[in-house]
Amino acid sequence: MSERYSAIEMLVCLSARQMKGRSTVFIGTGMPMLAAALAKRLYAPELLPVFEFGGVGSTLDKLPLGVGESRTFQRAFAALGICDVMETAQRGLIHDGFLGGAQIDPYGNLNTTVIGPYSRPKARLPGSGGGNDVGSLCWRTIILMRHEKQRFVPKLDFLTTPGYLDGPGARERAGLPAETGPHRVITDLGVFDFEPRGKRMRLISLNPGVRLRDVEASTGFPFPVSRRLARNSAPTRLELETLREKVDPGRVFLA
Amino acid sequence: MPDFIQPPDPEGFRRWNRDHKDMRLRRKVMSEREAVKRFIKSGDYLGFELYGTVRCPLSVVREIVRQGPRRLRLAGQGLMDVDFLLAAGLVESMDITYVGYEAYGLSPILRRSVESGSLHLTEWSNAALAWRFKAAAMGVPFLPARSMLGTDTFSYSNAKSITDPFTGLKVALLPALTVDCGVVHVHRADIYGNCQLDGISGFALEMARASKRLIVSAEHIIETEEILKRPEKTAIPFYLVDAVVHAPFGSHPGETCYLYARDEPHIKSYLESAKSAQGMRQYLDRYVYGVESHRDYLDLIGLRRLRHLVRERGR
Repeated sequence: MSERYSAIEMLVCLSARQMKGRSTVFIGTGMPMLAAALAKRLYAPELLPVFEFGGVGSTLDKLPLGVGESRTFQRAFAALGICDVMETAQRGLIHDGFLGGAQIDPYGNLNTTVIGPYSRPKARLPGSGGGNDVGSLCWRTIILMRHEKQRFVPKLDFLTTPGYLDGPGARERAGLPAETGPHRVITDLGVFDFEPRGKRMRLISLNPGVRLRDVEASTGFPFPVSRRLARNSAPTRLELETLREKVDPGRVFLA
Repeated sequence: MPDFIQPPDPEGFRRWNRDHKDMRLRRKVMSEREAVKRFIKSGDYLGFELYGTVRCPLSVVREIVRQGPRRLRLAGQGLMDVDFLLAAGLVESMDITYVGYEAYGLSPILRRSVESGSLHLTEWSNAALAWRFKAAAMGVPFLPARSMLGTDTFSYSNAKSITDPFTGLKVALLPALTVDCGVVHVHRADIYGNCQLDGISGFALEMARASKRLIVSAEHIIETEEILKRPEKTAIPFYLVDAVVHAPFGSHPGETCYLYARDEPHIKSYLESAKSAQGMRQYLDRYVYGVESHRDYLDLIGLRRLRHLVRERGR
């Protein structure tokens, strides 16, 4: 039954499976949009996607190209504003936030601001946008990343969005809401959770055809491995067909 | 902590509102040219709403580029709005939250400006910037928030943290942000500046109330009678507004929900041009400096294209 698929398709299908049984999801730009649109069609029809500029509950029949675009509130329950949506997250109503980033460190902190030194960056990236707010205010953050060594770094060039900061208790000490933080990191090689005590990311499953040493070679820091390392299944034909023909037929993100 | 680009000044804002805001009902319809000439000056701190490709007052932005006020300071949630002004060399500093094209990638213009060291930035999150406008709109010096804490985004902002005297929780304090001139694009306004908008409200309500001067561009100018029939639809009341500009397709090449879609081919070819400084100059020469008014710009884009975008809406 196996069919050829790309790294992004693997990542998006895995992320969509994570949305099974979920309720409110705060959707960042890019791959999280694809995953939410796929999940809504296959796994979680009642999923309530929330977008930072105010869209709540879009059908996602058409893939938004941006987090303020009209498709983020197409046939939606509410078209609000940024304060309203962010305040909803701040008072604890939004369970999961789905984010991407340019760099990630072992504690699930993200960089979307600069590559290189801040004052003379090699590359200026867009900045936090709503990323910092999603990572601060949602109960759990689920991070979607292309798995490359220069993206999985021991120390970020700039800490844009909080993961567990520098370890256990650091979020609470900084003043971030209690019982929050990164829940999973989903990549094209596998899935990580976070060790309950050390709050460092831990490999819990591998994608098809991926060996542990492939993950090690693509990660810029050592990481613990779960004793029950699972194997993720490849994207199904239904997932791939839905993704390619219904979710992103224009290949805006999948290209 | 970096220096404030626009320090909070609630007393000054109160005095400004007392001394400069006109609560009388008077006709404020004018062209982009007159509005920019009267209300935007070199050194001003500006904000645009919504952003770049979504209900963005780009007809006014293009006029600002043509008139060329210098040393502008910006609230930087934007795409083409910020990029046009950066590329024209008019911006000195920016409170940035996000400048990028999402599905289409990074902003080559922001990259060139920052990587060459010619732009001073202070970092914020989207919620923080919106709440800063909200604080100014409330007339208070700051708002507490539970975002930004513990990060470099916080260290490179002007936010501070304190222990809340009531709960003992540590909170971030976000300083109020008042803009010298705000520019908001809306669906409908009457001649006095009573505004209605459809779809998401972004941060329009907060920024309109945090603006010393406010230019509104509207897709349609409607009879005041329409406003009076549904007063609850008035998102921005007339007394906040200094200029009303009639700007059909004012957000082109971006979208205005329910009216017209994004012009994808135009945005893609713009981003192709923007990759080089020379390409960007050519784009500005053709679409901004090369036209005298928004009407000329629409002629250049062509009725056929615009009709197509109307048909594409909601698809």
